[in-house]
Amino acid sequence: MAITMTKGQVGLTGNSAVAYAMKQINPDVCAAYPITPSTAIIEDFSGYVADGAVETELITVESEHSAMSACIGASAAGARVMTATSSQGLALMWEMLYIASGMRLPIVLANVNRALSAPINIHCDHSDSMGARDAGWIQIYSETVQEAYDNMFQAVRIAENSNVLLPVMVCFDGFITSHAIENISLVDDAEVKDFVGEYNPATMLLNTDNPVTYGAMTLPDTYIEFKHQQSQAMSRSKDIALEAGKEFGKRFGREYGLFDSYRLEDAEVAIVIMNSAAGTTKVAVDELRKQGKKVGVLRPRLFRPFPFREIANALKGIKAIAILDRVDSMNDFGGPLFNEVRSALYDLETRPKVFGRIYGLGGRDYKVKDALGVFDELYKVVETGKIDTLTKYITL
Amino acid sequence: METYIEVRWHGRAQQGVVTAAKVLGEACLRSGKHVQAFPEFGPERMGAPVRAYNRISDEQIRLHCQVTEPKYVLIADPTLIPIPTVGVTDGTPEDAIFIVNTPKTPAQMRKELGLEGKGAKVFTLDAAQISLETIGRVMPNTPMLGALAKATNFITLDALVDNFKENYAKKFSPKVIEGNVAAMNRGFEEVKGE
Repeated sequence: MAITMTKGQVGLTGNSAVAYAMKQINPDVCAAYPITPSTAIIEDFSGYVADGAVETELITVESEHSAMSACIGASAAGARVMTATSSQGLALMWEMLYIASGMRLPIVLANVNRALSAPINIHCDHSDSMGARDAGWIQIYSETVQEAYDNMFQAVRIAENSNVLLPVMVCFDGFITSHAIENISLVDDAEVKDFVGEYNPATMLLNTDNPVTYGAMTLPDTYIEFKHQQSQAMSRSKDIALEAGKEFGKRFGREYGLFDSYRLEDAEVAIVIMNSAAGTTKVAVDELRKQGKKVGVLRPRLFRPFPFREIANALKGIKAIAILDRVDSMNDFGGPLFNEVRSALYDLETRPKVFGRIYGLGGRDYKVKDALGVFDELYKVVETGKIDTLTKYITL
Repeated sequence: METYIEVRWHGRAQQGVVTAAKVLGEACLRSGKHVQAFPEFGPERMGAPVRAYNRISDEQIRLHCQVTEPKYVLIADPTLIPIPTVGVTDGTPEDAIFIVNTPKTPAQMRKELGLEGKGAKVFTLDAAQISLETIGRVMPNTPMLGALAKATNFITLDALVDNFKENYAKKFSPKVIEGNVAAMNRGFEEVKGE
């Protein structure tokens, strides 16, 4: 990896930037089974291991199921643990994802978003991480290379917070972000160390002075209490994520909230959209603003937990909203983002008109003109007061 | 719309166009620009047509879609020109600039590109031969970077050479660096256009 330094900025792909973040975090254990398009994270990181740039024990396993299993074992033993995957890899981890969260293990996973088979496709959509949205993992989504890098440090802080202790998935778009070189500012090694801090788990399997059990058999008399506590931890993690984003901003000048609002204050219509396509949508917003149209974008960062009150509050007063999913729940009722944002708006006194659109599956390009088309539709809804089609595909 | 320069590279897998886009991006970043450099991935096999892209701007680049209307098109392998699915002229504006690796003249290439009577500029250089003589193997991307500096004004030869010397000193031997720098210089000097 060639690092070009100018005005404190370097040019890195999303994968290289995230691998560099992992190098700076220097986790105790990384167990991984590389898969496109996240391969280069582990490729770069294994270089750091081989060069002695990190003290991490790199465990090269034979499948993603084993990768997550090894992460769980290491985390329960008291290690700071990270891994990376995509698509079928995350799908193969499925069973173990729930075990990681149920055992309250603060593992950090970089998920490079890629479509699920069949038909086979290596390009970006959000089917993989959206399928894992109920697995008890905190999910943070990233628009740019810079944000993917920054989110890795925040993820460690959130996961390991004693009021949280949950695994965190940092998601960013396959190829679009993972393989594109963009300008980013790197954080100094010592400052990273200070921000993420030392990991001192209160309990761990290897502490024989305080023996504990993880993932024991629970019957109807206790299982629901475990789940209730896990649910409360997920609920608490929202404020911890907010704190981590604020603290990151204070230290490094880039503050992050639960979501990113772009020109929403006086907006009449808005698009809600995640990850890299939000940037393209912002360009469309600026175009329309020049014509005097009051339009805006809301880009959720924290999808798990889902900050429904804050999102509803940010969207109240807007006349019509389009929610764009890069995934189909195959439910004949729109994607997950559509369903959750629409549900969040239910308690508003004056509910905006809302429709859902599915775009960009399997890496299909989403351009400024596609965003402009959606804004056109939104204005038609405002004029007529009617939604013709509640959910449908665009970019076909 | 935001103001930026868009570049499309055409080549075949293993000809180095992905690396060329990367090196161009790094050199522009070094000159204080905001950059994007990204490849288009398809079937991964040697010789398959490959595209790579750059966006370069004075401001932060928020667009994350494909480059479909590039002003600058670099063609590392002229055998791609007649293939309709490759579409080397697709989406190019009237004032596009084409740089082709070929021993042929710009006038001959203009004809092959179907750009006779059009406002586009066509530049040619024998990048394969230059790279053979300077680097020791066919690596058309390096002389083409030099040619790009000559044919356009958004990157200087110095920025390309300095970036390469600084960034790749660890990766390559001094001899390889020297060969690549010579290839860029010769690409800059030998490119011809109309």
